Amino acid sequence: MTNLVEIAAAGVKVEEKLYHNRYLVDAGRPHIKVRPHEVPSKQLLSLTYTCPAGCYSQNDKGQVEITVDGCFECGTCRIVTAKTGEVIWDYPRGGYGVLFKFG
Amino acid sequence: MIEERFDAIVIGAGPSGNAAAYTMAKNGLKVLQLERGEYPGSKNVQGAILYANALEKLIPDFREDAPLERHIIEQRLWTMDDTSYVGMHYRSEDFNEERPNRYTIIRAQFDKWFSRKVREAGVLLLCETTVKELLRDSHGKVMGVKTDRDGGMVFADIVVMAEGVNGLVGQRSGLRSELKPESVALAVKEMHFLPRETIESRFNLKGNEGTVIEAMGTITAGMTGTGFLYTNQESISVGIGCLVSDFAERGMTPYGLLEAFKNHPSIKPMLANSECKEYAAHLIPEGGYKSIPELFGDGWIVVGDAGQFVNAVHREGSNLAMTTGRIAGETIVWLKRRRDEFSKANLMEYKRRLEATFVMKDLKKYKKIPEFLHNNKQVFGLYPKLFNAAAQTWFRVDGADKRTKEKEILQSFRKGRSLPGLIGDAFKLARAWR
Repeated sequence: MTNLVEIAAAGVKVEEKLYHNRYLVDAGRPHIKVRPHEVPSKQLLSLTYTCPAGCYSQNDKGQVEITVDGCFECGTCRIVTAKTGEVIWDYPRGGYGVLFKFG
Repeated sequence: MIEERFDAIVIGAGPSGNAAAYTMAKNGLKVLQLERGEYPGSKNVQGAILYANALEKLIPDFREDAPLERHIIEQRLWTMDDTSYVGMHYRSEDFNEERPNRYTIIRAQFDKWFSRKVREAGVLLLCETTVKELLRDSHGKVMGVKTDRDGGMVFADIVVMAEGVNGLVGQRSGLRSELKPESVALAVKEMHFLPRETIESRFNLKGNEGTVIEAMGTITAGMTGTGFLYTNQESISVGIGCLVSDFAERGMTPYGLLEAFKNHPSIKPMLANSECKEYAAHLIPEGGYKSIPELFGDGWIVVGDAGQFVNAVHREGSNLAMTTGRIAGETIVWLKRRRDEFSKANLMEYKRRLEATFVMKDLKKYKKIPEFLHNNKQVFGLYPKLFNAAAQTWFRVDGADKRTKEKEILQSFRKGRSLPGLIGDAFKLARAWR
């Protein structure tokens, strides 16, 4: 099923939104990790579009990878994959991560 | 990290943690508050509407220096299809009162102000400090927390968990289970800046008057959720949120959905020529009464979003957060004065006090609503389409007689949902609502 909302939503680039934001990146210490896997579960795969910061993507082998730099620490990925356990989730160290100017 | 012992440790410096810390410090308790962000508000996102009543109970003269944006004189509720909306608007001069009832706010600014009040009341605030877990004695009673700072253990008679929707400390300490994708919403939001005169002319406002719009319909592409647009002094907050389970199944990106909402012909002119300065996302606990976890135990108590205190139907959360925080603080002060222990049995008083407030009464009243909205997607897709089509049939003058138009409208509803379906939906909603 496609509708007008889907058409308007398709192809929107999250990068164009994220550059407005402030982050203090804890270089080399990602607070979220994806467990090594051969084939991602349906839940893990869904994060490639459900993550509001677009942190998840698929590599050439079809495995799901994460780059945490734009992360909002919202928790969506942890909740979606709670049953499969494919995501190891923690808050960044105190002071690091997203810094909302307005919130 | 800190050698001294505290009466209470509060995890989090959002509205619930601030309310609890403020209440306890004002009553002479020695309070330590821990916040993982660089400053209070740096991790927090809200629409945002501030309900004066809950804050007045803590800081009666907050209007003197709190960073408020606009007091709300107009509320618009829209049900939308792809090209239209049918709206219910309420605007009243009565809302231009000496002590306005609702304000739009910008959370990062408001939280900083609230935190300053909390510190002035005597609370010791440590930012950039993430609490990792609770510390317990040999009987299992909570006696402090472990943080990510060097030698990061601190001790207190009671720990107030105001850690927000994710509530990791509580989860990891086995006090509550993981959130369920179908009972939590993911909301995304942007801040769009415009000159204040532009906002005032677009929304027919003067001075600090404000308008807020809550919208539902095809904008969520069949998912359970709503959109919003709030006027601030020199900016507009615009956002949309849906259940996490719906996003995961539907295959749409939250930012794509937001972009589509912003480009809806009824929304787009309001944002024209604005400059976006932030894109944010946050979870909202929407499971209501049935999702409320254990709220207290030996040496611990839960307030705000961590306790699922959100009234999703009325878009209220920060007022429930402040109220639960205040009541937890008052309960702790009361027990302390009686020299009673912070045992599970004694903390039952917190629940008793909450039951007497609008917080528990409202959540109980709507306890069946989250399930209704989750299981009846026609509320978000089919019905908005039918209402908008009916309005168009009704208002378009095209030579058809009025009786024929009435028939056409009735038939569209019967065809769209069938008569038993319509009656069933009305019955289910009425049962969930009462």
